[in-house]
Amino acid sequence: MKKNKSILLSGPYILWMLLFTLIPLGVMGYYALTDPDTGAFTLNNLRDLGLFLPTLGTSVWYSIVSAIICLGLGYPVAYFIAHRSPVTQKILYMLIMLPMCMSFLLRTLAWVGLLETNGIINVLLGKLGMGTVEIIGTSGAVILGMVYNYLPYMILPLYAIIVKIDNRLIEAAEDLGCNGTQVFCRVILPLSMPGILSGITMVFVPAVSTFYISQKLGGAETMLIGDVIEKQFKTSNNPNMGAALSLLLMLMVLVCTGIMNRFGGEDEEGGVVV
Amino acid sequence: MEFDGERILDGINLYFNDKEFLTLLGPSGCGKTTTLRIIGGFLTPTSGRVLFDGKCINDVPAYERQINTVFQRYALFPHLDVYGNIAFGLKVAKLPKEEIQKRVQDILSVVGLTGFEHRSIDSLSGGQQQRVAIARALVNRPKVLLLDEPLAALDLRLRKDMQNELKRIQQAMGITFIYVTHDQEEALSMSDTVVVMDKGRIQQIGKPEDIYNEPKNAFVADFIGESNILDGIMLSDYKVKFFGRVFDCVDAGFAPNEPVDVVIRPEDIDFVPAGEGHLVGTVTSVTFKGLNYDIIVDFRGFKWLIQTTDYHSEGETVGIRLNPEDIHIMHKSEYSGMFGDYSSYSAEYDELTEDADNEEE
Repeated sequence: MKKNKSILLSGPYILWMLLFTLIPLGVMGYYALTDPDTGAFTLNNLRDLGLFLPTLGTSVWYSIVSAIICLGLGYPVAYFIAHRSPVTQKILYMLIMLPMCMSFLLRTLAWVGLLETNGIINVLLGKLGMGTVEIIGTSGAVILGMVYNYLPYMILPLYAIIVKIDNRLIEAAEDLGCNGTQVFCRVILPLSMPGILSGITMVFVPAVSTFYISQKLGGAETMLIGDVIEKQFKTSNNPNMGAALSLLLMLMVLVCTGIMNRFGGEDEEGGVVV
Repeated sequence: MEFDGERILDGINLYFNDKEFLTLLGPSGCGKTTTLRIIGGFLTPTSGRVLFDGKCINDVPAYERQINTVFQRYALFPHLDVYGNIAFGLKVAKLPKEEIQKRVQDILSVVGLTGFEHRSIDSLSGGQQQRVAIARALVNRPKVLLLDEPLAALDLRLRKDMQNELKRIQQAMGITFIYVTHDQEEALSMSDTVVVMDKGRIQQIGKPEDIYNEPKNAFVADFIGESNILDGIMLSDYKVKFFGRVFDCVDAGFAPNEPVDVVIRPEDIDFVPAGEGHLVGTVTSVTFKGLNYDIIVDFRGFKWLIQTTDYHSEGETVGIRLNPEDIHIMHKSEYSGMFGDYSSYSAEYDELTEDADNEEE
């Protein structure tokens, strides 16, 4: 009786998943394994994936770098917020959320205006007599865009975890002989591991599949896997290849998050992961 | 010690002897935990000094003190297993690995948890977590162990077992224990010295027997066990007058005709037939408590609690006799008149006060 009810309640979501996640996945798989012209079964698309591996590598590399920078910038911020008074915490939390309320496209476009060759930054630098810097079109600009856009996704889960760390554990560590640094390394850091892992995932996953940031802020050499997929559908008119690439990307994200969760389960003693 | 200008501790002057089991006892908010936190180094007193082996340690941070703490609700590290928790302090102190292993094994056998090294903290029962917390503190061989209501979260049976266990460990290891509790029975049964505190002040320091038999004021008399407390006048040495009658007693050294508080413990009172009693009253309530009956007797409007194994029915007229050694005399204090009247007696008095005390300070 109770079981039936819970199925009934979760019904709408199950239906949603079925219609908009599982069936499309099947369609994607079908496209990936068929020929664009004849519609016959083929493994050619999968074979051709090899051509795009360097692009995928670039995407993964940029995303990892962005995630690490986000962690470096975000952890101190999250720690700072978590140790303020409840009212200050709420205000700071809102300030972190605020950029997320604005359109992602608009925020990225704003960086174009800032970084352009004739953009605000270069105009200012010119007035100060410091010449111009070429930022737009470089990999640095793409990573900057990623860090800027996804930083809140790092800070929020970190904050949520750090704020819950019991102060008595910190006192217990001090009681057992830890100075400030040791308390951090032995207690606070391991206890914030779940936040670090989910923060990295939340930055890495959208960053690795992005195409808009690289299109607007990157140049020809900063083509990412998201751009390639978009091109397959929009200009090359080869949805089959696009589907195969999407599958590859999905697989990669799954493997990466899987590896990370593995790390999370096995944090203590820096032990050997079998 | 002050918080936000409010005085929490006032004039605390305490000496701790080596290898002593000392208990800070008092109701919630009496300042016992604050005292412990000052000794542990988690709070700095606004005035006064903390001396350890003759040296002032006010400015010594917690992590440099040779003191370890068993925290209220344990504060075990959830990311470490039993071994990791117990070895924590030794690893911080960078002891050689073999030494750490040996000491952890030794302490595990002391607390009876051999074989639990690699269990996670979540998988342990309350009593086992308690033992891990004690082991984690003791393994560092501190000179002083602070225990902040370590048994409060355990059920009654387990609490009794752990009381014996703690006493045994303390004697075996020869470490000074400073123990905080609001449970008077726990304090009396475990301690060498009991410090009764209220309102940030020490009310009485002494051996458990002395605290029980010779309470200094109405607060102590009421907090430690049950007491009937009456107004009396000390006529001269060994003579006290209350209820319009002069009784012999064993106390002396009061001023002639000094108003005093008279304490009579409920278990010291003997029933006699109405005609032979010093005092005659009416039974107004009888409660069976297992070991004894709690009987409330009304003497001229003042209700006494009497604990006896003899049954008397409600409405019965009874007499009581008081022997000189049953009567204890105290000086008047700020607590006079606040305790010791059972007019609003409820059979659940024990449970009620305990629940109130279990609230966090």
